[in-house]
Amino acid sequence: MPPAGDLGRLEVDVKHKSFAAASGGKLHVLQGLVLSLGGGEVGALVGPSGCGKTTLLRIIAGLDRDYEGSIGLPDHGRLGVVFQEPRLLPWRTLEQNVRLAAPEASDATLIALFRALGLEAHRHLFPGELSLGLARRAALARAFAIEPDLLLLDEPFVSLDDALAARLRDELAELVTRRPVTTLLVTHNVDEAIGLANRLFFLSDSPTRVVAEVPIARPRERRTPEELAALRAEIARKLGQT
Amino acid sequence: MAVRIVSFALLIAAWSVGSQLAGQRMLPDPQAVALMMFEEARSGALAFNLGATLARVAVAFVLAMVVGSIIGLVMGRYRIADRFGDPWLVVLLNLPALVIIVLAYVWAGLTETAAIAAVALNKLPIAAVTVREGARALDRGLDDMAQVFRMSAWTRMRHVVLPQLAPYLAAAARSGLSLVWKIVLIVELLGRPNGVGFEIGVAFQLFDVTKILTYALAFTAVMLVIETFVVQPLERHASRWRPRTA
Ligand SMILES: Nc1ncnc2c1ncn2[C@@H]1O[C@H](COP(=O)(O)OP(=O)(O)OP(=O)(O)O)[C@@H](O)[C@H]1O
Ligand SMILES: [Mg+2]
Repeated sequence: MPPAGDLGRLEVDVKHKSFAAASGGKLHVLQGLVLSLGGGEVGALVGPSGCGKTTLLRIIAGLDRDYEGSIGLPDHGRLGVVFQEPRLLPWRTLEQNVRLAAPEASDATLIALFRALGLEAHRHLFPGELSLGLARRAALARAFAIEPDLLLLDEPFVSLDDALAARLRDELAELVTRRPVTTLLVTHNVDEAIGLANRLFFLSDSPTRVVAEVPIARPRERRTPEELAALRAEIARKLGQT
Repeated sequence: MAVRIVSFALLIAAWSVGSQLAGQRMLPDPQAVALMMFEEARSGALAFNLGATLARVAVAFVLAMVVGSIIGLVMGRYRIADRFGDPWLVVLLNLPALVIIVLAYVWAGLTETAAIAAVALNKLPIAAVTVREGARALDRGLDDMAQVFRMSAWTRMRHVVLPQLAPYLAAAARSGLSLVWKIVLIVELLGRPNGVGFEIGVAFQLFDVTKILTYALAFTAVMLVIETFVVQPLERHASRWRPRTA
């Protein structure tokens, strides 16, 4: 366990979250969802589509205050968010998009970031001129540029081809290694979760809660196929128990 | 371009023919109007009256756009404001321009303030309704983004909200400009001692069709120039980020 007084700690305790359904009645999305992450840890949320992962991230980000429970953010609570869609301002260039979100970032920081994400040549393009992969990277650059205390990533690599997703995953791993930040990542992909996270949280169908938590030793390291298979087996066993 | 020139030449020709048929008194020929325009320009009357009218158009237009846009934005964003303001807008929208003008002159006297307020009030509800439409269509996702990254109110307005409203503001401005200058003429006719509307009113009493056409054409030309060299370039600038359609 991380020491008490861990400044980067994230504590999530959502007792209940529901939406009013259009047909009347209530849609119970989250129920007794508890999880915590130590400072600098990367957590991965893995769960079925529509179970409420985006809803949970919105609650953590303070965008949705209509829930029962409490959220303890890391100190200072500067947030970097990569939404499920890139959400860039179409009428501003890539570089302007990053600078508007992070007005305090120095030129040196931005240059380093753009270089790490392979965006240098595209800084002056408008989002409409970017491929989805580039737009996703721009959203990553924006989230890192503000030097966040908490990073929330909502399926940042979905609908990219495998090779590109793998490259971006490596770039992300590199960025969080270089500047550790408490990170919560949503994904459908168990391999992606194993490859990036210290801690996996498996979610049930809604009303959603955490059904299994799997800590990962030596995250973000190359693994042999045997090790990967062993990890998957362990995950399957834990999920089977619940 | 060639098509436009041919079309314009045809218009002038039709005018000449019409003038032959109807007689100089009913419809003076183009030369007569050109001559009168030249003389009014030389005496300074044309510039003076055009200037007075343009100044009124400008002030009323800016006033209506600014106030109307703010009202529209607030109504589009906040349900309560929308419910509260909607009946007012409906009343204003359906009040004939003439009623607003006459009431303004009755209540505030035949003053410049009354004239401009009357014009602005005529235009304001249309601007508000158009901008409200835009405010309702604002992208929630970008709002969330701006909030998460803690953008300042100014940054949000300048970089997130206004670019989304730009097409609606442009539409309001475009329809607004043509509406405002037409109403300004009526306001001048009814209660101002100068301006294009006043001159046309005098010409009407003297049955001086040449003068009416002179002022009408001069003023239309000025508005066309403003449309071509101010409104259109602004629109192009505001939409420069849109990928070109083939
Ligand atoms: N504003 C809303 N009003 C009503 N229902 C909502 C709203 N937002 C989400 N929901 C519902 O809540 C549930 C969870 O949605 P959410 O977007 O959080 O799922 P998700 O796990 O992120 O799904 P995906 O993996 O497909 O992105 C869904 O059933 C969705 O229909
Ligand atoms: Mg989602």
